[in-house]
Amino acid sequence: MKKSLLARNNDLANTERQLEILSNGIFANGELPTFAKKIKETNQFPLRPKKLEILQINLGYMCNQVCSHCHVDAGPDRKEIMTRDTMKQCLGVINKTGAHTLDLTGGAPEMNPNFRWFVEEAAKAGIKDFIVRSNLTIIRANKKYYNLPEFFKKYNIHVVSSMPHWTRGKTDKQRGDGVFDKSIKALQELNAVGYGMPGSNLKLDLVYNPSGAFLPGDQKALENDFKKALKDEFNIDFHDLFAITNLPISRFLDYLIASENYEDYMYSLVDAYNPAAVENVMCTNTLSVSWDGWLYDCDFNQMLNLKVASKVKHISDYNEELLQNRDIIINQHCYGCTAGAGSSCQGVVA
Amino acid sequence: MSKTYYDPADLRKFGNITEWNEELGNKFFDYYGKVFEEGALTAREKSLIALAVAHTEQCPYCIDAYTKDGLQRGITKEQMMEAVHVGAAIKSGATLVHGVQMMNKVNKLEM
Repeated sequence: MKKSLLARNNDLANTERQLEILSNGIFANGELPTFAKKIKETNQFPLRPKKLEILQINLGYMCNQVCSHCHVDAGPDRKEIMTRDTMKQCLGVINKTGAHTLDLTGGAPEMNPNFRWFVEEAAKAGIKDFIVRSNLTIIRANKKYYNLPEFFKKYNIHVVSSMPHWTRGKTDKQRGDGVFDKSIKALQELNAVGYGMPGSNLKLDLVYNPSGAFLPGDQKALENDFKKALKDEFNIDFHDLFAITNLPISRFLDYLIASENYEDYMYSLVDAYNPAAVENVMCTNTLSVSWDGWLYDCDFNQMLNLKVASKVKHISDYNEELLQNRDIIINQHCYGCTAGAGSSCQGVVA
Repeated sequence: MSKTYYDPADLRKFGNITEWNEELGNKFFDYYGKVFEEGALTAREKSLIALAVAHTEQCPYCIDAYTKDGLQRGITKEQMMEAVHVGAAIKSGATLVHGVQMMNKVNKLEM
């Protein structure tokens, strides 16, 4: 299994180095406009939050997979996971926040030993809408995870799972050998308890990320392909497909540079810029919390260590009024969320 | 001057052709855009046709563009290669069918 950028002592494990790349070169010499310049053209600068709807909590960077495009640089060698104390701080803000949805992500959030406790406590605190971003294979990784589908069902958790392609080759190339077969098995187990079935309120959505230096195509067309292929070959049902653009940070940035696709990819993102997508980018209704309690405009800013531009920077000091009165921090990676029909953790936005 | 006839970066400048004739350039791009919209054929089918023609025309810009377009649309590499073979079959068939003309000529000229 590959190692994370951090474990490999790769230059790009340093977030300042990533920001340097994103800020210089074709964006410094004027070949391409910076994201700030671009949104100024349509009077959308500075980007400001709207009503907070989703608290996205990253339970840790530990993961059982090492996907080649991962913006988190997650993997088994990452030991950063949220402690129960930080979880308690998160639970403490549930009654103070206007957010109605708790979106749990990672790494593999289920690998946090306090994952189930946290969900149970959050439910007691009044959260009804849970999202868990599951990589699927975790369900088959170890006996202790085998009953995750039942656990998800008990709390009516909305399961959003990564599945880059309906073919074994493309999936395994991006996510590791054997991932496709385990993912198929996990999807069948989720279906078996009612997830993803037509008419079921147990929501199972899939996430498609392009497996290379190109943008996602039409979300609905891809969904139709996925539905047909997974149904015909494996009798699998799911609800919606979210087509998500790979942002040029972390391991995907490393891939773009190593494959000499970086500049072309940035051109593709800028060419596909859609001002209508800016209106609904996820940083306008989501707040991201890192494993150690720091606050970010989104999961991508978290991975670039760009903390919120507010007096309140940590969950322990949470003050929604102050937080909502901030400018969102942007950089060139933001083009990834505004290309074409836009991209967010909920799929297209325009 | 460039040392090669083709520069991949020129593909990004395709739109610049309107600078020297805006009316005709715009008419072409409007037409082009309309052709590739969903119609009696799906946009995906059109993308595969474009890929096949790109090969028979041996246009490096078009090959780059429609390979990328195909990947974005979820077209598999097996499907792309089949499309290229369709183009190749027509191209070679078009060559070979002229063999009949050659045969006719030989038959006419020889005693």
